[in-house]
Amino acid sequence: MSLGSVPLKYKISIDRDQCMKCMRCVDNCSYGVYRIEDDRIIIDSRKCTACHRCISMCPRDAIMLKERPVDYRSHPLWTVEAREDVINQARTGKIILAGMGNAVDYPIIFDRLVLDACQVTNPSIDPLREPMELRTYIGKKPSKLEFTKNNGDIELTTKLTPNLKLDTPIMVGHMSYGAISLPAQLSIAKAVAKTGTFMGTGEGGMHEAIYPYQDHSIVQIASGRFGVDIDYLERGAAIEIKVGQGAKPGIGGHLPGEKVCADVSCTRMIPLGSDAISPAPHHDIYSIEDLAQLVRSLKEATDWEKPVFVKIAAVHNVAAIAAGIARSDADAVVIDGFKGGTGAAPKVFRDNVGIPIEAAIAAVDQKLNDQGIRNEVSIIASGGIRNSGDLAKSIALGADAIYIGTAALIALGCRVCGNCYRGLCPWGIATQKPELVERIDPEVGAQNVANLIHGWTLELSELMGAAGLNSIESLRGNRERLRGYMLDQGLLDVLKVESVGA
Amino acid sequence: MAEPLVIDVKGMHYTPLNRMIREAVASGVKEIVLNNVLGQRFIGNGVRGDSKIIINGVPGGDLGMFMSGPECEVFGNAEHAPGNTMDRGSLVIHGNAGDAVAHSMRGGKVFVEGNIGYRGGIHMKEYEDKRPILAVGGTTHAFLGEYMAGGLILVLGIGHEPAVEDRGIGSGIHGGEIVIRGEVSDELLGVGAKKVDFTEDDLKRLTPVIEEFCGRFDIDPTPFLNTNYSRIVPASARPFAGKYTWE
Repeated sequence: MSLGSVPLKYKISIDRDQCMKCMRCVDNCSYGVYRIEDDRIIIDSRKCTACHRCISMCPRDAIMLKERPVDYRSHPLWTVEAREDVINQARTGKIILAGMGNAVDYPIIFDRLVLDACQVTNPSIDPLREPMELRTYIGKKPSKLEFTKNNGDIELTTKLTPNLKLDTPIMVGHMSYGAISLPAQLSIAKAVAKTGTFMGTGEGGMHEAIYPYQDHSIVQIASGRFGVDIDYLERGAAIEIKVGQGAKPGIGGHLPGEKVCADVSCTRMIPLGSDAISPAPHHDIYSIEDLAQLVRSLKEATDWEKPVFVKIAAVHNVAAIAAGIARSDADAVVIDGFKGGTGAAPKVFRDNVGIPIEAAIAAVDQKLNDQGIRNEVSIIASGGIRNSGDLAKSIALGADAIYIGTAALIALGCRVCGNCYRGLCPWGIATQKPELVERIDPEVGAQNVANLIHGWTLELSELMGAAGLNSIESLRGNRERLRGYMLDQGLLDVLKVESVGA
Repeated sequence: MAEPLVIDVKGMHYTPLNRMIREAVASGVKEIVLNNVLGQRFIGNGVRGDSKIIINGVPGGDLGMFMSGPECEVFGNAEHAPGNTMDRGSLVIHGNAGDAVAHSMRGGKVFVEGNIGYRGGIHMKEYEDKRPILAVGGTTHAFLGEYMAGGLILVLGIGHEPAVEDRGIGSGIHGGEIVIRGEVSDELLGVGAKKVDFTEDDLKRLTPVIEEFCGRFDIDPTPFLNTNYSRIVPASARPFAGKYTWE
């Protein structure tokens, strides 16, 4: 017996009095919602993903979109989503694939942390006229500095390891060419160069269009080693080993063959149309000692001139893992929380595996401090950071800097419709279709992303000034500037944050 | 021809050793002889050029990692992952090698006279004219050619009947080919791998590789040009395409 179909998710309608039949909706929808019949625009709402491309391109604001116009019998346990997932899997017997970040309504810890501000007894700082030090260095720091005097000159004898110099503690995380389009990646590259920060190339190699921005790029290697050769490693300002990803801890990456067009195959150095499979384990890493060997081999290949990061998903044992990474010669540990985005993940992983980034940062910072090795490794936090408030709280919990991903895509037009894995992104971001890709002008995209970074940086300065801090180093790990609001004692203990009023 | 550079590496750390190799290659030295090698990792790591590095002893892990061009000839065994992410050049090992030999190798050749460990040729891949070759004189352990995306793995099984007895051959393979002398039992094949007929054309195509391998180790190639092989290839270039449904 057939299960039939589930109701449509979105209902599109057109105000026919407003519509002037310019057909932009037809032209812009890559999912085929609109078509022309007898000079009339016909709508197939079932195909809609709520990407909002048609709405934003309509010159008359004539298009309306409503979510889920058909109700099921309400039930607290068997939600609409639970029922529809069962129907979907009963019909196909397959793993449900999903895009973007965790879509379950977990409480967001960031929203239950509040920042401090000065009032009477200590002065706040006005960033309009006082210098605010937001420069951040990512990499190992010596536990002490030693100097020698030489005929009156003082020379530093401590050997410093290479660090990345960031003008703002906001970087753009790894989104590969393949997962996103070249103009999208180029927009980000131009934006980080403008704002004095860095972007990740993802595990897809580096397209030659990014070469002019390579000094602002962190090259990534994953288990599949796509696009990795000695030239690639030497191009990056830093190298990142991807072990895990917040959206899908414990599983690997997989770029489907249909996204491996000629240019992507050239950049990844794999045949046209073949799958690019990076399974979860690096098969040369089975221990921290093995990880140390990979870290050292990357440093050895680049003559110990580049910092090496290790990215892991935020999981239950993250603090102990990070402590191991700190001892592996890595210069930074990247922790990706369970709200992190992705182009494609099994839905069951995206929505159920991992822990929130807030708890992970605090636990890692505390563990490294307790072991006296916090200076051995920088902490980069990512996964669901939405605004400068989240940024400031991340740093106060112990991060040195953050990666943004989804926020940068939204700055390029993304409306978080969650259909990235279909390769039909109407905004030209998560697609390789030439007619869609050309919808992004890298100059305009770069300005939008740069504006976002700049805006957050200004807000961070204001937040720090309000808290009486004029240096990012004074905010880092400063839990005294945070209070928990409606958080249970167990979580407050993990965060090492006191309750409001305390 | 210039004199070879001879280095006694006894007790030497790998970093100064590699710096010496890089500087020598950059200054035009065509042959470097390393004596008393004992466990130094990353020899030849990221080195470019066309020099030859002779290694007397047992190098440590990741020999020739990211290497692009040189030839390393090892008179001894090698530890794990020689040829890891190698781009061009060759490794010739007069002995056995450990696990993950030729991991993600994307160009050049790795010839191992003896046996190799687990996951040989994992993630090997090819692109256009870069087609890596891993040739093994002896036998291999489980998961040979796992996630292989291109290139050639050749196992001659000298002194071993059958040449390979461990399971998981070609698990997740989606490109390239694995050629093993003699019969390979079906239950040894990994997910996504299939056996196809080994033809006269295949033998003709592989003859230069077999002859080169045998030439490197002074082995008579005749028995290997007059025998049967099993050829294992991907069942699909998209092995997991049917695993998912949309949200």
